[in-house]
Amino acid sequence: MLQRSRAEFLSGIKDSVPIALGYLSVSFGFGIMAVSAGLSVWAAVVISLTNLTSAGQVAGLSVITGGGTLIEMAIAQFIINLRYALMSISLSQKLDKTFDLPARLTASFGITDEVFAVASGRGKEVSKYYLYGLILAPYFAWALGTLLGAAAGEILPPMLKAALGIAIYGMFTAIVMPAARKAVGVLTVTVIAAALSCAIRYIPVFSGISAGFSIIICTVAAAAAGAVLFPVKEEEGGER
Amino acid sequence: MRFYLLLLVMAGVTYMVRMVPFVAFRKKISSPVVKSFLFYVPYAVLGAMTIPAVFYSTGNMISAAVGFICCLIPAYLGRSLITVALTASAAAFVTQLIMHFI
Repeated sequence: MLQRSRAEFLSGIKDSVPIALGYLSVSFGFGIMAVSAGLSVWAAVVISLTNLTSAGQVAGLSVITGGGTLIEMAIAQFIINLRYALMSISLSQKLDKTFDLPARLTASFGITDEVFAVASGRGKEVSKYYLYGLILAPYFAWALGTLLGAAAGEILPPMLKAALGIAIYGMFTAIVMPAARKAVGVLTVTVIAAALSCAIRYIPVFSGISAGFSIIICTVAAAAAGAVLFPVKEEEGGER
Repeated sequence: MRFYLLLLVMAGVTYMVRMVPFVAFRKKISSPVVKSFLFYVPYAVLGAMTIPAVFYSTGNMISAAVGFICCLIPAYLGRSLITVALTASAAAFVTQLIMHFI
């Protein structure tokens, strides 16, 4: 039994290497963004250690620096991270007998788009050892990348730092484009969300809407439009 | 202090959204509309967060626009996240250099 749990854990670690490498670079972008927005290196790293989600953290950052309220933060995180609820539900159907309550309470913290995709694509029951192995390296890579990015943001010359500030948006683009190319629904949803976001930013009537609420409104409206206009057939859910 | 309160709410909500269904849920979501809504949420979030914010991300609208437009090419071709991100940064950096010297 011990042998088997060790093998499962190592198998999780092995599968997690590409995820960890990806996280290292994405969180580097987040680290730079956070210090550029005025946060300390420590604050940036603590956010990554306690949240482990790219879109949620970028949105959270805009609530923090935009003087947003606690309610605004709560609603923004709920809406943006709602997809994790779907992944948790889906993954919870595939857990094996080793998954007791303490394991569910801890491992659920580490369910991300990529962890979900790999764990559910494995084609067999998921043990807690496997999921722990799968989450461990990406979790620390996420924090380490943030630390490196934030530290780099403090020492790099302003011109280079400014150029790296666009990096995280490049990553967002890299996530959306291939999916938008394949599915017209994804393209439509993205365009609607972007258009609404511009409308809220530039039309004077909406100037009272803060950054966090803007993301909430755009997300709900665009995703609802997509669900009505282009319902997804049998899809497990998730980002890719 | 304000930061830590916001952090607490941020991390708390994010954790609850993941944990509650993982611990409590025993049924599958069958509604196609709800499923589709959740499927589209990430793209809507990323679209709303990227545009127009990306154009302010370098402190100069011209370099940001050049960086963004250039990164659309590797993104369209399905290149890795890091490749697309570095393309955006490199294009923005070169544009800034050119603008600095003319």
